[in-house]
Amino acid sequence: MSSTNKPSRPGFLGYRRTDGRVGTRNHVLVVPTVICSAVVAERIAASAAPVAVALPHLAGCGQLGPDMRVTHDTLAAYCAHPNVGAVLVVALGCEQVVAQHLAEAARRHGKPAEIVAIQSEGGTVRATEKGSRIAQSLAGGLATQEREWCDISELVLSLKCGGSDYTSGLASNPTLGRVTDRLVELGGSAVLGEIAEIMGAEHLLASRATHAQAATKLIQIITRVETEARALGLDIRGTQPSPGNIRGGLTTIEEKSLGATHKGGERAPLEDVVAYAAPIARKGLTVMDTPGLDVESVTGMVGGGAQVVVFTTGLGTPTGNPIAPVIKITGNARTARQMEDNIDLDVSGIMDESETLDGAADRLFAEVLDVASGRQTKAETLGHREFAIHRRNPTI
Amino acid sequence: MKAVLVISARDNVATALQPLQTGQVIDAGGAGITVTEAIAPGHKIALRTIELGEAVIKYGSPIGTASAVIPAGAHVHTHNVASSRGRGDIDPASADLQPRLAEPPDDAATRANGTPSRVINK
Repeated sequence: MSSTNKPSRPGFLGYRRTDGRVGTRNHVLVVPTVICSAVVAERIAASAAPVAVALPHLAGCGQLGPDMRVTHDTLAAYCAHPNVGAVLVVALGCEQVVAQHLAEAARRHGKPAEIVAIQSEGGTVRATEKGSRIAQSLAGGLATQEREWCDISELVLSLKCGGSDYTSGLASNPTLGRVTDRLVELGGSAVLGEIAEIMGAEHLLASRATHAQAATKLIQIITRVETEARALGLDIRGTQPSPGNIRGGLTTIEEKSLGATHKGGERAPLEDVVAYAAPIARKGLTVMDTPGLDVESVTGMVGGGAQVVVFTTGLGTPTGNPIAPVIKITGNARTARQMEDNIDLDVSGIMDESETLDGAADRLFAEVLDVASGRQTKAETLGHREFAIHRRNPTI
Repeated sequence: MKAVLVISARDNVATALQPLQTGQVIDAGGAGITVTEAIAPGHKIALRTIELGEAVIKYGSPIGTASAVIPAGAHVHTHNVASSRGRGDIDPASADLQPRLAEPPDDAATRANGTPSRVINK
């Protein structure tokens, strides 16, 4: 690989997969096809922790067409994800999501994949026992894989904010924005979600679109969110900004969005706009159609292929992900102290002018590469592995 | 630490970085503003009179519309600013619900001078 011959460029130690993608973690993913097999999947994963992680979710059956497709595609995207080295699918036996399809999604990307079905194994105890043996065997197979030098252009960074306050727009988001600009200039990728939190700042992103289609798609999905609110006769102000945002001084969704959109940098061209958990196929900045709810948003962006998440926060929040490291960064000195358990990087020096934005961005850039190379984040150490698939329709 | 931060030269509000007291005179980009009510850090202060229906500008872009006349030095928040977006509860005919693509984005020069980075780092 030419990238291995260019040590002058920034990079990280990752797992190179046979499909050409690069992982920052090497997990055995234990995937329940449906909520009914979630507990068995969790018990199996626990038997081979921390290499094995479960993907418990609330869906997989009783869903209408579009939701069913999102559930299946999100689970399949996790099976194919470069942070996953092997897959065990835990089925019930009568559900809509087809276990074989998920196993095939993993195999197509060169990963070993096995299936255990609770009904055919004869219940929880037998399925857990058989699944645990398989998970341990898969974990043993991953133990010999080694990290190798990967160029920074192989990195897809998920940009997230949550529990925002006034420091988010002034310190942590612009710090992350500078890292985004630098990453994209070096040939890497970044993904920004949370459509409701782009509302009011879409003109800034649309003006950076490299082709009219991306700008049009962005405006279309933002208009859809506003139209949906109108169709329900609802005012999104009850949730956007959130009560905590308002206490912190954020007045409107436009104000929150203008601060939040700083995460996407100031120069990085907008290359693409994609559906929830759909592949992030282009280098540069991509916007993904996700809701603002933190866990659903991170779940979608990791599904799209992000191998590392940077999560800015004002008030502090614990959210992690089953397969991707989530780095927490805050510009609020009080939060950095009070929620030290959850905060990886304190950039509150920007607020009292003891640190420059460039200095903070240097530290965050180094942190991203260290974490990509295997350093555990606070969310990982604490076992925060939140996962939630976005759903739009009622369960039938 | 400064008392307030003005992010863009276009803004008609500033963000308090410290608790502001009634009667305190603050320096906001060269202009002296007398604080007319207590304002908590993170909350906004009007830099000049903002008329009813006028756009409230922060980051160089509109963050909502004044729902009352806001005198210079007053607290600017949900009691006197209304969002224009995501409003299913109001008649779309009477509101600007369209994305503001027509509005020109900040030009490079304004952004270079107006981003928080430059203001904070001087």
